[in-house]
Amino acid sequence: MRNRFAETFFEIATNDSRQCMIVADISPAGSMARFRDEHPDRFINTGVAEQVMIGMAAGMCQRGLRPFAYTIATFALYRPFEMVRDDLCYQGLPVTVVGIGGGVTYSTLGATHHAQEDVAIAMSVPRLNVLAPCDPLEVEAMTRWCATQEIGPVYLRLGKAGEPKLTEHIAQPWEFGRVRWIRTGGDHCIITYGVITKMVVDLSEELTSSGISTSVLTVPTLKPLDYEGLAEALKSHDSVTVIEECVPRALGMEVQSLAFRIGYGGAVRTFSLQDEFIHCYGSHSDILQAHGLSLDRIIEGFKMQTK
Amino acid sequence: MTDSVSRCRRYRRRILDISQRVTALHIAPAFSCTELVDVIYNETMRHDAPEDIFLMSKGHGCMILYVILAERGILSDEDLLSYCTPSGRLGAHPDFGTPGIAASTGSLGHGLSIAAGQAYAEFLKGSHVKTFCVVSDGELQEGSSWEAMMMSANLRLGNLTMIVDNNDFSGLERMSIGHPAFYPLTQKFESFGWSVATCDGHDADSIRTALASSDGKRPHAVVATTVKGKGVSFMEHENLWHYRSPSQAEYAQAIREVEQT
Repeated sequence: MRNRFAETFFEIATNDSRQCMIVADISPAGSMARFRDEHPDRFINTGVAEQVMIGMAAGMCQRGLRPFAYTIATFALYRPFEMVRDDLCYQGLPVTVVGIGGGVTYSTLGATHHAQEDVAIAMSVPRLNVLAPCDPLEVEAMTRWCATQEIGPVYLRLGKAGEPKLTEHIAQPWEFGRVRWIRTGGDHCIITYGVITKMVVDLSEELTSSGISTSVLTVPTLKPLDYEGLAEALKSHDSVTVIEECVPRALGMEVQSLAFRIGYGGAVRTFSLQDEFIHCYGSHSDILQAHGLSLDRIIEGFKMQTK
Repeated sequence: MTDSVSRCRRYRRRILDISQRVTALHIAPAFSCTELVDVIYNETMRHDAPEDIFLMSKGHGCMILYVILAERGILSDEDLLSYCTPSGRLGAHPDFGTPGIAASTGSLGHGLSIAAGQAYAEFLKGSHVKTFCVVSDGELQEGSSWEAMMMSANLRLGNLTMIVDNNDFSGLERMSIGHPAFYPLTQKFESFGWSVATCDGHDADSIRTALASSDGKRPHAVVATTVKGKGVSFMEHENLWHYRSPSQAEYAQAIREVEQT
């Protein structure tokens, strides 16, 4: 995801002199380094100083530039939170805050580097649009959209590296504010977003092969939510299961609330990160598992409840 | 030039008048920087397009900006009369989108970073637009202010001037008593790569000289010694008047004193 973002930005920014990259002491890999070398004036490193990164992005945007503010998700959103809220959202500026390693992607670095609440927090801020791509193709589409949209500030939650393509053969293109079907035709619907979509696709295949046919819906735009698309998903399936790499107050709660509002008769299950700091170090899936987001546990829960 | 004296008398009177229409208003923080904002806005800034930028980082001092904007026709008298009412558009802190307001401020320690971004954008565009940012001494306690100061110097923002309304008061207490390690200020700015000038923040000539001393090659700081509540004896150095409207009798006395300046 990181590389696809950098490549896409490089291409856009090469042809659009308004595009700027502001980073806070994060190593510019691949195309980002090339952009820094070719356009040093439009690549700014504020150092270990995230408040000025966001504040400057706001000021630059007010004077007609299109800044991306880019660093590790915790430092992009949490450390300068009031600048994101006041300078970007209150002022309604189309700046993109890019959080690398959203969720618990930085699985060996401990909770200081886990943006396990990022989506829930970002969704609660007025005017902040929240995007979480599930694969490099969505990263590219979103980056292109972010660079020129006039709607307002965006929190773009990326993973890290090595995420597989999941949407290559999907006819429906990514569109801001719309849900997307990865697999269709099942009796039960699994709803997710972001890096763990690959895990959910694997889950869906396993469930389907064991006789529980499932569809997979991704929600690349967490805010504004596509309530209409979600309602359709609920109505066309016997049950819905939300699986998300975030603490419990994000998409799962929204879907539960929607199900209540529309009088949905099926079961609504939610699987999320725990509302807890987990002192565990290992692979991404190790940390997810420590939080209870493991294939085995979800499948077990699924089978028990669909009997 | 004595015009500044008469303008500032007029501005203080206007602010006192508005104070009688609302239950509370930041009088003292506005009187502290009345001459500063007057000299910057009316004498230093270029107002032909592309206009220079004025950013009030100490948002609670915005009454002085409002009355200047109204005098220049950028805001209307109706705007001032409807201050802090549901039918109006002016609040106790500046709101971006309102004519003449460069940024939404109010939470301290934000304005200088935004000003640095605006100044850098103008540098990238190759324009001659200058950015003037008024900060309070209290808000320089925010770490973000020093992040912005460091970056402004790294980027050699010669088109950025920060004016410190150095009235020795934060919300709770005198800065010099509660936070002696905050001083000295000028050496701190110099060590961060800024040029620095000091002035009497209520003397127009002194302010002009300090503003003009920027070399245009690096960011410039003007540290202005000011009196919170300047111009009204019972408000001067009295933190009570940070956010309070005077009674009728207090208003009458304040007007008398302002007229005598």
